[in-house]
Amino acid sequence: MTQTRNLIDENGKRTDGRTIDQLRDVKITVGTVKNADGSAFIEFGKNKIVAAVYGPREVHPKHLQQPDRCVLRCRYHMSPFSTDTRKNPAPSRREVEISKVMRESLEPAIMLEDYPRAAIDVFVEVLQSDGGSRCAGITAASVALADAGINMRDLVAACAAGKVDEQIVLDINDVEDKEGGADMPIAYMPRLDQVTLMQLDGKLNSEQFNECLDKAISGCKMVYDIQREALMQKYFGNETEVKEEQ
Amino acid sequence: MSTSKRSTIIVEHLRKQQMMESIGKGKRIDGRNFDEQRPLEIELDIIKKANGSARVKLGDSEVIAGIKVSTGEPFEGLEDKGALIVTAEVLPTASPHVEPGPPDEEVVELARVVDRGVRESEMVDLGKLVLVPGKIVYTVFVDCSVLNADGNLFDATSYATVAAILSAKIPVLEMQDGKVTDTGKTIPMPVTCVPISITQVRIGDAVMIDPASEEEGAMDARITISTNEEGYCALQKGYTGSFTIEQIKKAAETARIKGEEVRAKMKELTKFGQKE
Repeated sequence: MTQTRNLIDENGKRTDGRTIDQLRDVKITVGTVKNADGSAFIEFGKNKIVAAVYGPREVHPKHLQQPDRCVLRCRYHMSPFSTDTRKNPAPSRREVEISKVMRESLEPAIMLEDYPRAAIDVFVEVLQSDGGSRCAGITAASVALADAGINMRDLVAACAAGKVDEQIVLDINDVEDKEGGADMPIAYMPRLDQVTLMQLDGKLNSEQFNECLDKAISGCKMVYDIQREALMQKYFGNETEVKEEQ
Repeated sequence: MSTSKRSTIIVEHLRKQQMMESIGKGKRIDGRNFDEQRPLEIELDIIKKANGSARVKLGDSEVIAGIKVSTGEPFEGLEDKGALIVTAEVLPTASPHVEPGPPDEEVVELARVVDRGVRESEMVDLGKLVLVPGKIVYTVFVDCSVLNADGNLFDATSYATVAAILSAKIPVLEMQDGKVTDTGKTIPMPVTCVPISITQVRIGDAVMIDPASEEEGAMDARITISTNEEGYCALQKGYTGSFTIEQIKKAAETARIKGEEVRAKMKELTKFGQKE
């Protein structure tokens, strides 16, 4: 990654006008896919992502059944029109990897042992992509699982932090992802203090590493509040407005 | 790629219990300490037809990496850089659980994590691998084959990749009358640093480095952290369990310290920095 211009101006503002500790606008709507057992639509910056959950239901093919627990399956997919240049609709290696880490980030939250011999399918479709689509996808999927009434230990909230112009910033957007120095996506269960997804691309020294981790966790906590608000909004018609900012 | 020896839930459970007992006493089931890596062996230039190659044994895990250099178009958005691609394959020889066929998601993850460690560290100076900017660049393929799988394929494959790159001699190519011409000379691969990945697994509350296959069968979660001489450059948490923030910070520290040790060993075994 070579950086060709300053991504943070002299007033501490980023390319999209945010400060280094500011989350992009996040909006979550619960129950947007009528046929699904649970669903959520998330707008996370310019990301527009649908998550739909089907299950617990019978496992096909049958040999994948587990006698003592449920099988969780995840598909992360980007629509051909979601990117700057058309994306081939066939699953890329990147999507295969993200599907895997996404599943692994959600599994610790789900009480799989409550649904032996069943499957839960999570479909995450990126309709428009911005930086941090895996985090937004996990955040939406977790809300969709809760909406489906699946027994869960906690919600999984995800957010990235990264390094831009040698500064650690919260929630990097796609320009910062492509031109910046490092990207650390994290998924976290705040109530249980458990990190369920963590990746890092790019160089950080020890101090920056810890700062970046702490900052991403603080972002996850902000996202967690938005997830809870969205669920409250659907189930309790809470008069408090769905928060659009942190 | 299910390479662990999990057979039934009951055996898995009993084995895990035994392992937990041993871990409770501060030892691993094979007698190692939590921060002890299995013996690492590196052999270089074992494939003469490759531009660089290495065979790495980490305990009983064995990986061969071979490098082939050719020319091609640069990647979109990286017009002034050569192309470096790391692939990985777990051969059907590797364990009774591997079947031939397209790579499954574990193998895709393996290849991408190894690739990321090398790429993000900027180990290879790709700016020096350009013939005609924006048009023709060197393409460097590092293809890794796992011959035998006994756990921690992430580190074994990563070490094989790094060792092969350190030992590679690339052909000196020139443009003559608009054509790429091989001058017949070779130069060492332009290398800026030596990235080292350290994989750790959590079993219960214990976190240990370099898991053997049996330990991977009982693990709750895994974390692979790559460092170079200056600091961290890539990380991947894997498997279905989770870590606390404290565990991650400690694992990062371990990866830095152990990474230094392995880096010194890697430089010694590949004679890196001692020009012939």
